[in-house]
Amino acid sequence: MEKIIELHSIIKEFDGERVLDNIHLDIYDKEFVTILGPSGCGKTTTLRIIGGFETPDSGECYFDGKVINDVPAHRRHVNTVFQKYALFPHLNVFENIAFALRLQKVPENEIIRRVREMLDMVALRGFEHKNVNYLSGGQQQRVAIARALISQPRVLLLDEPLGALDLKLRKDMQNELKKIQQRTGITFIYVTHDQEEALTMSDTVVVMADGKIQQVGTPIDIYNEPINAFVADFIGESNILDGVMLADGRVRFSGKEFVCVDSGFEKNEPVDVVVRPEDVDFVAPEKGMLTGVVSSVTFKGVHYEFIVDIGGFKWMIQSTDFVDQDEKIGLSIDPDAIHIMRKSEYSGKYGDYSSFSDELDALSDANTVEEEL
Amino acid sequence: MKKFFSKGTAVAAPHLVWCVLFIVAPLLFVLYYSFTDTSGAFTLENMQSLSDYSDIFLTTIEMSIISTFGCFIIGYPLAYFISRSSEKQKKVYMVLLMLPMWTNLLIRTYSMMAILDDGGFFNTLLLSLELAPVHIVGTKGAVIFGMIYDFFPYMVLPIYTAITKIDHRVIEAASDLGCNGMQIMTRVILPLSRSGIISGITMVFVSSISTFYISQKLGGGTFELIGDTIERQFQSPSTYHIGASISLVMMILILISLAVMNRFSDEEENSAARSRIGK
Ligand SMILES: Nc1ncnc2c1ncn2[C@@H]1O[C@H](COP(=O)(O)OP(=O)(O)O)[C@@H](O)[C@H]1O
Ligand SMILES: [Mg+2]
Repeated sequence: MEKIIELHSIIKEFDGERVLDNIHLDIYDKEFVTILGPSGCGKTTTLRIIGGFETPDSGECYFDGKVINDVPAHRRHVNTVFQKYALFPHLNVFENIAFALRLQKVPENEIIRRVREMLDMVALRGFEHKNVNYLSGGQQQRVAIARALISQPRVLLLDEPLGALDLKLRKDMQNELKKIQQRTGITFIYVTHDQEEALTMSDTVVVMADGKIQQVGTPIDIYNEPINAFVADFIGESNILDGVMLADGRVRFSGKEFVCVDSGFEKNEPVDVVVRPEDVDFVAPEKGMLTGVVSSVTFKGVHYEFIVDIGGFKWMIQSTDFVDQDEKIGLSIDPDAIHIMRKSEYSGKYGDYSSFSDELDALSDANTVEEEL
Repeated sequence: MKKFFSKGTAVAAPHLVWCVLFIVAPLLFVLYYSFTDTSGAFTLENMQSLSDYSDIFLTTIEMSIISTFGCFIIGYPLAYFISRSSEKQKKVYMVLLMLPMWTNLLIRTYSMMAILDDGGFFNTLLLSLELAPVHIVGTKGAVIFGMIYDFFPYMVLPIYTAITKIDHRVIEAASDLGCNGMQIMTRVILPLSRSGIISGITMVFVSSISTFYISQKLGGGTFELIGDTIERQFQSPSTYHIGASISLVMMILILISLAVMNRFSDEEENSAARSRIGK
């Protein structure tokens, strides 16, 4: 596969505040790439630099191997689906979608044919003459996608396109977008702060925090081999423990020694140890590698979610087996369920569930969503 | 008392009295004078004699159209320019734009004469640059210039408001889809500032068509606009009746032009409504 977009040492500051800090990123042709990160980490700014709406303070943006820093937005083969759609309020659905073709002076009968094609693709047949101001959020979204795709750009940028939709509609649209991307073979660069969305849709996930790229990889890589405590915590749930690498394949944490599959660390190097909540099995206390006391149980439908106190550190464990609160239990962890990470600036900030409550989590989620809107 | 006046009427009463005194009563007077002679008897003579003034009517309409057009040509780019500048600059430009409006029309007109007169500032400047002086005051051009100078803030303000209301992301979307600067202007900004253009044109046209005084001074007494004619008629009681009937026709003219402009802005909403119903 060929690189279509390369970001090279991109730095961008707003009012003296560094928003993008030395961004390096290669994006390959026909890929579905997701930029994932918390609100305010610089995702939109990255996208706007690719789209031509911001110029980096330093660094280069390449398209097909050529620097495009000075190419204005209207001459880039990159189209955008904006966060709040930004449809033309004075044009109806048909004219919104036909906009790019009219600029290119495409003959009328071809415009009609291609707009129809687009309307079919986004399931809006029959909406041609509707006023866009009276469409629902989901319908406006589809018009925005059709409008951006009709001129067959090489790259489509999507900035939290599903952020304003309700959950059910969001799931449907995720599937549709993925299908559209596969059918058209257009490179999608998709921005979201929703990790589940990123994992289900993407070929490649780019995790960002604080204006820096933390990790780039396939969804499976990112989930199974997070590079630091931030990524481990941001993608799914993680118990992150302080540990020491004793030797290749041997790590010590929670006061015990464990066999693991990681190697290449120095002897006695301090490390972060990640254990995913679903990778822990309950056993009888006397058989457990670790023992602890269940401090809370929540029923989650498919499984139960436990907070277990192990020597003062609260673990989150998910299991289909039921254990009652205050019961003493043993834990068994397979070597390949233990993931070792080098220490980073994020060590110690994440992965401890001592102050965890579902309610708080839901609350902070709602806050992020609001900020995005 | 309670039976006759609800609370609502009581609150509206001062407003109602005001309306009757200052809007309805003058209108009735105009109507009355238009169709009576000096003795107070009903007559259509005033109306019939209006044809003597048809030339002045036509000149007035022509010059109003020219000045409205001129205001638009100067006002639109200016409104666009102001809307693009920083918040701080916007405030400065707004004050500069309003400043002349705070100055009395009389003083403004006199200073304009002082500048444009044959021996005025402008011609002195031309002479000192060894250029031929231009006779300005007393020409149609001078009057149009005066009208544009006086009325163009009324064009700029509504257009400026309309342009500032345009969502910046829509403009970015247009450039994203391939619009260069000029195409953004013609395909997005102009159509989306249409309501402002319509109110600007209406305000300037209505002000222009009822212009007087400016035309007397800058026109150098060589010709008059319909506003001047009306003024002259009302200076002697014997011609009140003619003056009233010209005013009546003016009012009707203005109403017609308002209705026409309204049509333009309605069209937008109508097409929106039509598509809402599905056709
Ligand atoms: N035009 C701007 N002027 C000033 N600050 C900005 C501007 N655009 C973005 N920022 C700041 O840059 C940071 C990153 O913004 P953004 O890229 O929009 O983040 P994200 O899309 O990840 O939420 C934020 O702190 C935001 O306030
Ligand atoms: Mg954003």
